[in-house]
Amino acid sequence: MKRKKVNVAVTGLNNVDSPGPGIPVVRGLLDSKEYDVRIIGLSYDALEPGIYMHELIAKTYQIPLPSAGQNSLMERLRYINSIEKIDVIIPNFDAELFNFIKLADTLEMELGIRSFLPTLEQFEERQKYNLPEFGKKYDINIPKSKTIHSVAEIKNLYQEFTYPLVVKGKFYDASVAYNADQATSYFHKISSKWGLPIIIQEFTYGTEVNVTAVGDGRGNTIGAVPMRKQFITDKGKAWAGITLEDGDLMDLTRKLMKNSKWKGPCELEMIRTNEGEIYLIEINPRFPAWVYLAVGAGQNHPEALLKLALGEKVKPFTKYETGKMFIRYSYDMICDLKEFETISTLGEL
Amino acid sequence: MKIKKNIALSDTGFVFNPASGDSFSVNPIGLEIMKLLQENKSHEVIKKHLLETYSVDKDTIEKDFYDFAKMLEQFKVTESDEKKES
Repeated sequence: MKRKKVNVAVTGLNNVDSPGPGIPVVRGLLDSKEYDVRIIGLSYDALEPGIYMHELIAKTYQIPLPSAGQNSLMERLRYINSIEKIDVIIPNFDAELFNFIKLADTLEMELGIRSFLPTLEQFEERQKYNLPEFGKKYDINIPKSKTIHSVAEIKNLYQEFTYPLVVKGKFYDASVAYNADQATSYFHKISSKWGLPIIIQEFTYGTEVNVTAVGDGRGNTIGAVPMRKQFITDKGKAWAGITLEDGDLMDLTRKLMKNSKWKGPCELEMIRTNEGEIYLIEINPRFPAWVYLAVGAGQNHPEALLKLALGEKVKPFTKYETGKMFIRYSYDMICDLKEFETISTLGEL
Repeated sequence: MKIKKNIALSDTGFVFNPASGDSFSVNPIGLEIMKLLQENKSHEVIKKHLLETYSVDKDTIEKDFYDFAKMLEQFKVTESDEKKES
């Protein structure tokens, strides 16, 4: 079968110790049997390893940081599209999603660049600080949470929470605090990096399990694969993981997708308590960095997302292989200074 | 007590629980016991088999079998005959 040619732009090329999902998404796209995908990388920093992975990424362009706003991003994408004729864009960072969601219609109408992202409402209602309301709305267990804006609020937390508790940043980072001093320290550390508010969450004892999933925006779950981390780095990132057979997790995922009519990719982070109850602790509105495990287990979620973005009918996956593992590794690429110079000065490579 | 249906048990003694993602290794006698449990053999039948096959006294069998069965239960690879364990 002749594969259709498509140009897909992908962000999240920082395949470092806290890896972005870009490279695994790219690998999934390149595995496609139906599409001959040419990857355009979009980077924020000249040292993102994906920029130099020429066997995966045809060309990379620097784009402005999310804080620069939608106009700067749009302007840059106009330029990139004038050269690359992008068909689909897949953003992979939480922090950039707001801009991409806001620009989605303009990108499609003005430049013909399609995407398949959560709606702004979905994006907002699953924010960490809105999660308790989200749980109530969709009838899902959520650990007790509270949003705080000042370090002074920590001293009174004992009235509502028992230690340990989890101190979380609005986009990334979470640390378990065993007393108020530790909570204060984590508050400063996380807020200086990601800003306010800080989310305080009840610590739930149990096993962490994650699901990578894709929703079609009409209530259908196109694919879902549950995974348990087997090796965790000091940043809490999975360095090895295994697919699970867990009907309860799948039921909860399908319920969430159906009730929220979730559109696009997501990662559900959950805790299964020793009593067997499942608590949703976070929803990331993008693919996880371990999404290639789903591809290896028989569900190519990045390819499914590409098809959805192109407006094609996608049949939901019905199975995946249980007991499939991923083991991550780091790899030293040897790169020429000339390439670093080019991306640093010209903003494209 | 029997081994849960979804537990994968290989001939090398590798045990995989697909619900939790946990995996374990058991020695040849552990493997033999787990296979007999998979065949729904009762504890008494298994203990009798071990007593006849290996040079070991009844008290040691009782103690070691009890320990092993408890360990399997703790690792959630077994379920009771009447009620499914978590």
